[in-house]
Amino acid sequence: MNTTWAYISNYCIYSAMAIFALSFLSHAFETAWAVRAPQNSDTTDGTLLVRTLDYKRTERAARIATALMALGALLLLGGIVARGISNGHVPWGNMYEFSITGAFAFTAAYLAALRKYDLRWLGLFISFGVLLTLGTAITLLYRDSAPLVPALKSTWLVIHVSTAIICGGIFLLANIIAGAYLFLERYENAGARPVWALRIPSLDLLDQLSYRLIAFVFPLWTFSVIAGAIWAESAWGRYWGWDPKETWAFITWVAYAAYLHARVTVGWRGRRAAWLCIFAGSTFLFNYVYVNVWGTGKHTYSGLDQ
Amino acid sequence: MSSNVEVPELGLIGLARFAWRQLTSMRTALILLMMMGIGAIPGSLIPQRTSNPIAVRDFFENRPELARWYDRFSLFDVYSSPWFSAIYILLFISLIGCVLPRTVEHFHAMRAQPPLTPKNLSRMEWYENWEGSNSEIERAAQWFKKNRFRVRREAGSISAEKGYLRETGNLLFHLSLILILVGVSFGSLFGLRGEAIVNVGERFVNVPTSYDSLALGKLTTESDIPPFTIKVDEFVAVYDPKTNMPKDYTAYVTTSNNGVSKSEIMKVNSPLTFGSTRVYLQANGYSPIVTVKNEDGSVAFQGPVTFLPQDGNLRSIGSIKVPDAQVPVGFVSSFLPTYARTANQGGVSIYPELLDPRLLFSVWAGDLGLDSGIPQSVYRIDTTGMTNLGLGSLKIGETFNYPGGSITLEKVVPWINLQIVDDRGKGFALIGGVAAILGLLASLYGRRRRIWVRVTGAQVEVAGLSKNNAPGLEEEVKSLTTYMRG
Repeated sequence: MNTTWAYISNYCIYSAMAIFALSFLSHAFETAWAVRAPQNSDTTDGTLLVRTLDYKRTERAARIATALMALGALLLLGGIVARGISNGHVPWGNMYEFSITGAFAFTAAYLAALRKYDLRWLGLFISFGVLLTLGTAITLLYRDSAPLVPALKSTWLVIHVSTAIICGGIFLLANIIAGAYLFLERYENAGARPVWALRIPSLDLLDQLSYRLIAFVFPLWTFSVIAGAIWAESAWGRYWGWDPKETWAFITWVAYAAYLHARVTVGWRGRRAAWLCIFAGSTFLFNYVYVNVWGTGKHTYSGLDQ
Repeated sequence: MSSNVEVPELGLIGLARFAWRQLTSMRTALILLMMMGIGAIPGSLIPQRTSNPIAVRDFFENRPELARWYDRFSLFDVYSSPWFSAIYILLFISLIGCVLPRTVEHFHAMRAQPPLTPKNLSRMEWYENWEGSNSEIERAAQWFKKNRFRVRREAGSISAEKGYLRETGNLLFHLSLILILVGVSFGSLFGLRGEAIVNVGERFVNVPTSYDSLALGKLTTESDIPPFTIKVDEFVAVYDPKTNMPKDYTAYVTTSNNGVSKSEIMKVNSPLTFGSTRVYLQANGYSPIVTVKNEDGSVAFQGPVTFLPQDGNLRSIGSIKVPDAQVPVGFVSSFLPTYARTANQGGVSIYPELLDPRLLFSVWAGDLGLDSGIPQSVYRIDTTGMTNLGLGSLKIGETFNYPGGSITLEKVVPWINLQIVDDRGKGFALIGGVAAILGLLASLYGRRRRIWVRVTGAQVEVAGLSKNNAPGLEEEVKSLTTYMRG
């Protein structure tokens, strides 16, 4: 264990948190400032006083927010790599390390999706979610960097855990989008969206987007589970043992399989699909939090019981 | 309305057919899949006999009434319970009934020609027409061939189709799931799974009596167990001095199989392999070697006694039972590899290595109950009805005298727990898993679409239709029309 690298890692993570906080503020500023107050010039007789949106004047803030997000992601990546160097192995040995990597995967998924879709409306939630994850990681889950226990010494650690973390990031992203769908749908049913939410894409697009994310991530999740099974075979002598974590991975798999079936074969769209998506995503979160911290079995690597 | 409506009689065959249709409908399959997911939950929240028998025993002690009710619904053995088995067996019958006919249908569809060109093309998702010369249809045929569409040519029109991979992938995925289940059941019918504790310096011979626990597959007999031996020469455990966590376990063994003897290394992630049988290094602990003498100096017992670790620093409990001594005695003991004393816990171990080993015990004389026929734990002694002869603490080489005899701690050897598994179904399960991913990718990203070209006189018409609203049809048709225009 190299202490210098451990310090570098911690500094990177702390700086990343500061940057994400700034990004959050910029996103908040952008969202709020774009709402233009009613003006007399909006109408000739002064009766139609509506609030409108004007993103031209916040474009700079939006760009700064995105740039900060990218910088934060880089710092996070630096922190993860430094942690790995300090450990002398890939930094996926306890829950603190899973969390910082998950936060990175989550940000990276957002930034990658941003290249294709204008998702900057999501930035506020993303930066907040990342701050929350990192904050929990640093305060509650932090453990000094340590060597791996023998069962984790395997190439499959890299394959199984990295794919599981990537899947987690994307599940979370799909959940946020499905949540936005449900939130906005209530407004639209009651009349119109609030002004600040006008630029969020149409419900239809949100629906499509969360489906695309899940269609992308489901094979990856299947792969991650199978990679875990191959590893379990070589470490524990069985490829499937209904260990609590395995059970919940299976439940998540079933839930997303049900989502895909409901969508593709039965034709579920909109609200019902969004709820199913959120349900499936929460089985993953439950698995991550409950089984790691309070659960029993062979997958309790949180490092919190020491 | 007529009063004598003919109600079709279902009959036994009709009823069976009705039940089969219901079972093999996709709706039923989906409900069963959800039920399997939900049914798996209690097994992750309630301790299971297979993975955590001690927690189950504690549950029975602490809440006996609830435990009895749980047990009635097999909630301590969820994954082998009748109701869980019923769900997955029904699910897979349903899956087979759903997928096999579709596979046959798909096989025929793949060999059939695309359907006839419809009369009215302008109603399709994509439609374009222009005045052209006569060469368009030939050029269209070339383009279809180049892009590997399946085509049906009629007079003046081409009907082309592509993207059967989607359904192929879909079927492959579901067939692979069936293959995984075949692998799982094959593994439970053939092969074996067992555990054995072996002290360093001892030899494990692969016969049923060597096992501490052994479960044979339902179609496996004891004569199927391959005859190999493993001698444990040395076991090295490395711990992190800062956290006391294990860093590495290595067992140096000499194996002998079919007359071939060789030295091998076992680690947690690299088991030994003998044909289809694999041997895993699972756990480790310590066996104190003790000599128990009678009052006259004759040896009543000598040898290693396996102790069971209780925590990360390998504080271990065990019992030394000497029923054949002149005074039958038992030692209720604990073993501490690195001894320390705390005010509230008494003797504890503060490091898992043998830095300052200590054997603590209380000596009990009387009937050990070994002949009573009641099954007993190797690690515990029921001291009711026995007489306490004293308390002792031994370092290596020390001797403790009690009325009627003495005990000496000679030395301490590590033991390792070998898990021996012969699973002949895992290959199928692996192939099934890999095929499932490939099938998934094809079914999620495959696009099925049809394109038609018709030439009536000088009028050229092109139309396209994509199934499942997959994107990309527009670019494809544009590429075709550009090519047709030359």
